[in-house]
Amino acid sequence: MADIAFLLLIFFLVTTTMDVDTGLMRGLPQLPDENEPEQTDEIHDRNVFVVLINKNDELLVENKPTSVFELRELAKEFIANPENESNLPEKVEKDLPFFGTTMVTKNAVISLQNDRGTSYGMYIKVQNELLAAKQELRDEISRRQFGMKYADLDEERMEAVKDYYPSVLSEAEPKEIGGRN
Amino acid sequence: MSKFKKKGKKSVGALNTASLPDIVFMLLFFFMTTTVMREVDLKITVKVPDATEAEKLEKKSLVSFIYVGEPLPQHQAMFGTEPRIQLNDQFKRVEDIQDFIAQERDAMDENDRNKMLVSLKVDEKTKMGIIVDIKMALRRANALKISYSSTKVDKIK
Repeated sequence: MADIAFLLLIFFLVTTTMDVDTGLMRGLPQLPDENEPEQTDEIHDRNVFVVLINKNDELLVENKPTSVFELRELAKEFIANPENESNLPEKVEKDLPFFGTTMVTKNAVISLQNDRGTSYGMYIKVQNELLAAKQELRDEISRRQFGMKYADLDEERMEAVKDYYPSVLSEAEPKEIGGRN
Repeated sequence: MSKFKKKGKKSVGALNTASLPDIVFMLLFFFMTTTVMREVDLKITVKVPDATEAEKLEKKSLVSFIYVGEPLPQHQAMFGTEPRIQLNDQFKRVEDIQDFIAQERDAMDENDRNKMLVSLKVDEKTKMGIIVDIKMALRRANALKISYSSTKVDKIK
């Protein structure tokens, strides 16, 4: 009996892989309906945070060359606009559960565009920083308001915090300036 | 001093092995429950990038994988060194992704189909061109939930 069990045990020991899969969760936009006219909403310049990556993996953030390590702080400042500055997104009054009437940067959009020659590693780094910026802000506000991490909140509170920092990340179709490869 | 001296040979009793099967069974069940069989033979090299915000993939049954990377040396004569797409066990082209997604979706439980998640396991040295094409194909196949597979780390280098 023990022999058979040993045999099986060794088999499972060899075939087992313990690694759990982790990844950055993202959504893709739906394909635009051909019958419907394209929406061309004017988005004010101050409401857009432009991040460009070229084929040499260099970053251009709001027309300034930037390193990946500065990106998180810049993105946080953009999303929150704490000082209500005129070159950062406008704030709109909004009624939120748990928070009451708050000023939120409702129309803020982070626009990410890469080249076909950008390396995937760089692209993920940038995505990661942008996600991290949002996550950190959400953590901060939920700690201040509810005294716990964003991930531990219940659904209703999560929604409220989400609406507190509503900025969206949009990805433009990539350019092909650098040529293929 | 003689107090500590051993007097003659003391025989150690035989080790009782009665509980051995129990222990082995316990281990066996542990490995049986935690094991994940490797489903595909990778024909390409994939080293996924690091990320601090990586989340765990919840349900394995809802996830389909798309691998992209440089073919392994033994396949390079046939397929070259440019990054290629691997679906299940074969090298495929971007045009095949739509069919692949449809197949995977058919294999799923009816109620789970809209929760389908596609995990992109892409080598970090790959250029974005091919990824962009894959993303477009996924949008056409209406598989909009994706996960960029990455290793969870505390700090990015």
